[in-house]
Amino acid sequence: MTKEAPNDQANLGPDAEFHRRLSGGEFCLQKCQDCGSHIFFPRSICPDCGSDKLEWVSASGAGTVYSTSVIRQKPERGGDYNFALIELAEGPRMISRVENILPGDVAIDMKVMARINTDEERPYVVFDPADGET
Amino acid sequence: MAHPLRGTTAAVGIGLSDCGIVPDHTQYDHMAQALHRALADSGLKKSDIDGVFCVAMNGDIPILLTCEYLGLKPKVMESSMTGGSSFVHFMQWAALALEAGLCENALILFGSDLRSGAGKLIIPDHPWEIMYKPRNPPVSYALAAARHMHEYGTTREQMAEVAVAARGWAQKNPAALMQDDLSIDDVLNARMLVDPLGIFDCCLVTDGGGAVIMTKSDRAKDFPNPPAFLLGVAAEHSHASIAQMNDLTVTAAARSGPRAFEMAGLKPSDVDVLELYDAFTINTIMFLEDLGYCAKGEGGAFVENGAIAPGGTLPVNTNGGGLSCVHPGMYGIFLIIEAIEQLRGQAGKRQVDGAEIALVQGNGGTFSSEVTALLGTEAVL
Repeated sequence: MTKEAPNDQANLGPDAEFHRRLSGGEFCLQKCQDCGSHIFFPRSICPDCGSDKLEWVSASGAGTVYSTSVIRQKPERGGDYNFALIELAEGPRMISRVENILPGDVAIDMKVMARINTDEERPYVVFDPADGET
Repeated sequence: MAHPLRGTTAAVGIGLSDCGIVPDHTQYDHMAQALHRALADSGLKKSDIDGVFCVAMNGDIPILLTCEYLGLKPKVMESSMTGGSSFVHFMQWAALALEAGLCENALILFGSDLRSGAGKLIIPDHPWEIMYKPRNPPVSYALAAARHMHEYGTTREQMAEVAVAARGWAQKNPAALMQDDLSIDDVLNARMLVDPLGIFDCCLVTDGGGAVIMTKSDRAKDFPNPPAFLLGVAAEHSHASIAQMNDLTVTAAARSGPRAFEMAGLKPSDVDVLELYDAFTINTIMFLEDLGYCAKGEGGAFVENGAIAPGGTLPVNTNGGGLSCVHPGMYGIFLIIEAIEQLRGQAGKRQVDGAEIALVQGNGGTFSSEVTALLGTEAVL
């Protein structure tokens, strides 16, 4: 008799669990219960201390532009778009895109807020300028 | 006490394939031509090669296809892929294999038809970047450049100095692809690719290959050309995605450099010529800082006024670099070969007078893998 593969949601791998939560409208990070680090991208052990005691916590969504670029593209192919490195308020950084602003107007140190983009097959996190940032 | 690997192995043969734009030749053709020339340079026969250290841009397990094509049956095969730094990294593993007696003549080999063959450099996107349509590797280096500009006031004009210096060296190297004059304004006014990098801030896409043969130092003096002794080598890893780089203005060369200098018993001011992996203009600036040639943040000012160009204060990227000489997807082997030509005194119009010590900085991924090597002539052994 073969051992049955786990199929309950408690046993989803970190990548699958992140996307399950994101599909449910919740942007989550992992937090290490031993050293307290917040972790992105999701993993099975803490990249800081090596612990496997990781819990899921809701991300505040608040972030700051750590660096930014404009990827130049011909208008007929969709035009220029933003490509940014966002430092989350919890600490980790993630690659993303800042929307609802001209791609070249995104600036380092700009405050941004996360939003779940559901326009494509698989949801993913993008950012908008935070209130008061233009 | 000297490090047990200091100076115990040396490069005794080098060969370049016909580089640039070479239609209808595969990556293996470039490897074969480079090997043939390195054998002629060293006086060795193909059957003397019993260690092969090789990675390539294309193919499933390319080292198997390489050895099959070349008719090699090595005792030692090594194909660890760390990106463009791999070949500098291989100097470390070749030195260990030679020292341990696992092989006698180690071949470090690369060939690529990136320009004329497969076409584009295909790097699978990082799974946590792919939805944002990255244009890698340039956009990751653009993020580092933008951060360096933000923190230290580095300017596009200063980055352009790096491209103009590289072109100046290329114009002294008949093997370099780019021979036209290039000015600071040309660089600044060129089409932007990924802000703040324009097309002249980015390395070439060419065909080409290179081969380096290493052996133990006690045999190295019997070869036709002066040996280039491996005095120090050190590798450091940082990340895969630039999102995981701790500080976008400090590369892992800040760790590999001091370790290589310590092994070699040398300091930055001892070096006569530097070959720094210039995939983008910001690389040269950050490596000069991280390797101790100026303080962090002062790399932009350091390269101003032609300081690293021919006739400047510090000879850097004397073949014309990845920016103006050759860059077939991975450039590490070409750094090593240029360093050795300089140490042999065979670099023609671009020869740095009396070059005895050369530094090679290999870079892989997006500032991901950094490997520093120090090579020297018999005079500094």
